[in-house]
Amino acid sequence: MAGAAATPPGVSEAVFADALNRFAGVVGAENVYSEEEDVALYRDAYSPLWDEREEKLASAAVAPASAEEVQAVARIANELRIPLYPVSTGRNLGYGGSAPVLSGSVVLDLKRMNRILDISERDATVLVEPGVSYFDLYRHIVDNGLKLWIDCPDPGWGSVIGNAMDRGGGVTTGAYRDHFGSHCGMEVVLADGDIIRTGMGAMPGANTWQQNRYGYGPWVDGIFSQSNYGIVTKMGFWLMPAPDAYLSGTIAAHRHQDVIPLIDVMNRLENIGAFTGYPQVGSPVLFQAGAGAAPEELEAQARASGQPVWTCRLQFYGGRKVNEAQWEYCQEQFAAAIPGATFQRGEEYDLPLTPEQAEALGTEKVSFGIPNLGRFSIGARSEFNDMPTSGHVWFSPILPRTGEGLLAAQKVLFEAAEQLKPYNLSVLPMPFANWQRTFIFLINFPIYRDKDANRQTREAFRKLVKICAENGLGEYRTAPAFMNDVGDTYSFNDHALRRFHERLKDAVDPNGILSAGRYGVWPRHLRT
Amino acid sequence: MSMTKIAFAGALGCAVLAGSALAQQALPIPPLQHAVPSDGLNAAQMRGQDVFRTTCEHCHGPGRGMPGTSSLAVKYQDTAPAIPALIEERTDLTPELVEFFVRNGSGAMAPYRKTEVSDDQLADLAAYLSRPRP
Ligand SMILES: Cc1cc2nc3c(=O)[nH]c(=O)nc-3n(C[C@H](O)[C@H](O)[C@H](O)COP(=O)(O)OP(=O)(O)OC[C@H]3O[C@@H](n4cnc5c(N)ncnc54)[C@H](O)[C@@H]3O)c2cc1C
Ligand code: HEC
Repeated sequence: MAGAAATPPGVSEAVFADALNRFAGVVGAENVYSEEEDVALYRDAYSPLWDEREEKLASAAVAPASAEEVQAVARIANELRIPLYPVSTGRNLGYGGSAPVLSGSVVLDLKRMNRILDISERDATVLVEPGVSYFDLYRHIVDNGLKLWIDCPDPGWGSVIGNAMDRGGGVTTGAYRDHFGSHCGMEVVLADGDIIRTGMGAMPGANTWQQNRYGYGPWVDGIFSQSNYGIVTKMGFWLMPAPDAYLSGTIAAHRHQDVIPLIDVMNRLENIGAFTGYPQVGSPVLFQAGAGAAPEELEAQARASGQPVWTCRLQFYGGRKVNEAQWEYCQEQFAAAIPGATFQRGEEYDLPLTPEQAEALGTEKVSFGIPNLGRFSIGARSEFNDMPTSGHVWFSPILPRTGEGLLAAQKVLFEAAEQLKPYNLSVLPMPFANWQRTFIFLINFPIYRDKDANRQTREAFRKLVKICAENGLGEYRTAPAFMNDVGDTYSFNDHALRRFHERLKDAVDPNGILSAGRYGVWPRHLRT
Repeated sequence: MSMTKIAFAGALGCAVLAGSALAQQALPIPPLQHAVPSDGLNAAQMRGQDVFRTTCEHCHGPGRGMPGTSSLAVKYQDTAPAIPALIEERTDLTPELVEFFVRNGSGAMAPYRKTEVSDDQLADLAAYLSRPRP
């Protein structure tokens, strides 16, 4: 199958050729990609639709170097009704890569806009362009000797802006782990080429754009995330001042029911700031006993193997004495709530780490704000896997951050796996606490260059979306192949939220040229 | 802080920081060790090595948490003559093969677009990874 679409839907070859010519006039011919072999590089390498008729393919790509060029491209596209699909670094693997949602769209590749425009150690803020990756930002901080940390997702090659636009998450301190939540101020090019700045950026001469999120009047930043209302050309972020010391400690709970106070105490302690890092809830015996094991079995297995039923690992960033006192306080709180809880002190470092210490951390580098790509071992060839995957798609539902909520959601997934047995799902859902008031599960569905296998995967994925929604569990984010399916589950009052999204879409992008279909929001002419 | 020298892969080249400079640095720079020194490389190979260090080394470097290196160690574990897991140490890579993998990917490794690795950079990278060995 071809790796590129011939033209955007409903656009004649002549108009398309004219558009590409005019784009070239703006960005230079060398930054317009229309040869099939170049456009094919925009395919989602982890696509569950690979090589099938429905695969989402670009028709061309355009790579501007400045906000002015983005404006000029948008004006041309708006006039000629050419669908555009902006990406920042386009490394959204597991959730769509650099491919558009609507086949035939022209990818607006912002990778070349890679300047760090302003960074302040004193304010702990940064203003970046979309092409700046976590690696780039980290490197810049190191090269300039700034005492700042970044909060990165597992893959360090992604864009600080792109990841935030898809509302991604990381693993340091609560306020920074929510990547969209830690932004401050945006510059956005609209479908007609107009350009706006949000928050204090709207006031000429204000020097508080990266300090005050809201400015004056309705706050619009949120509507640009997971959406298709504009093209972000600059975005500010709050950074964490580099801490002086790190400590971790693990609480072990030995009865199944302990999960309820364990998570309650963990939440309270995080929300009063008694620990500052990313908390990790685990269960060593659940992994051994497998999906659906009864509480008694888990406890028996725990006794037999000398392991706890549940663990909760806490991390502390601060100064040595503060960390020490916080860990002591946390132990007291857990001990009071959970009879028989035991405690294990973990790693302890004076910061900054030495290069040797950092190197030894492997993928755990992210807990110290150090970007890397170690997590791509998922599905890769290993001693235990001689059938490496071609990536995966993530299934990532949101669930309550309580013991009861966790057990109920696990039960839903265990039973779903049973019900979907022919699909051979292996789910062992453990909770991730990237966002402060909920957990998410992160379940990966392997993708192969095998249409039958991928078709089965899609079927199973869609069924799981439904089963989860019936139980109040909704995905926080999803790949383009499933955006309509997940959108359908957020259906309160006969899909009133989607209808509102559509009204906004029609108002800010009446020709529907931007990222059609993203997160299930379609422009009027493509609605069914 | 010790006086050890650490290798440092800059976007524009590589430098070696000695103890005094290190002391001012707020953050560490892994990977600690590159597989291949820069001595004896010609200009194109040197540029290719820079591309490798900024783009490929995060998965194909030595050390922990390197999915490229660990996958290839398994892929070629029984090959005779032995093929090194570190692609920088291989002598069997041709420029065409490097170009193929960079533009087509392999398993967990996704292909690179031209805005990420340009054709010129790819030619340098291919020259580096297929450089003749003494
Ligand atoms: C092994 C593995 C581990 C992962 N771990 C994590 C993790 O820990 N945390 C996490 O969050 N994700 C994770 N991901 C998912 C994903 O790879 C990352 O979130 C990645 O950062 C997203 O790609 P990107 O940054 O290049 O964003 P992009 O691909 O550039 O952007 C994502 C989407 O946002 C929109 N967008 C981007 N830029 C703009 C713009 N300027 N204007 C308008 N719209 C825009 C586009 O619709 C685009 O498709 C993981 C993936 C894999 C495969
Ligand atoms: C995200 C991690 C990652 C990155 C980054 C990465 N690779 Fe890979 N690469 C892999 C993995 C994993 C494999 C092995 C796939 C397999 O199991 O066959 C691989 C395989 C290869 C191979 C094939 C070797 C063989 O004999 O099969 C080459 C060549 C290669 N990579 C070159 C590169 C180059 C050059 C770059 C930088 C432009 C790069 N890789 C970046 C993960 C990566």
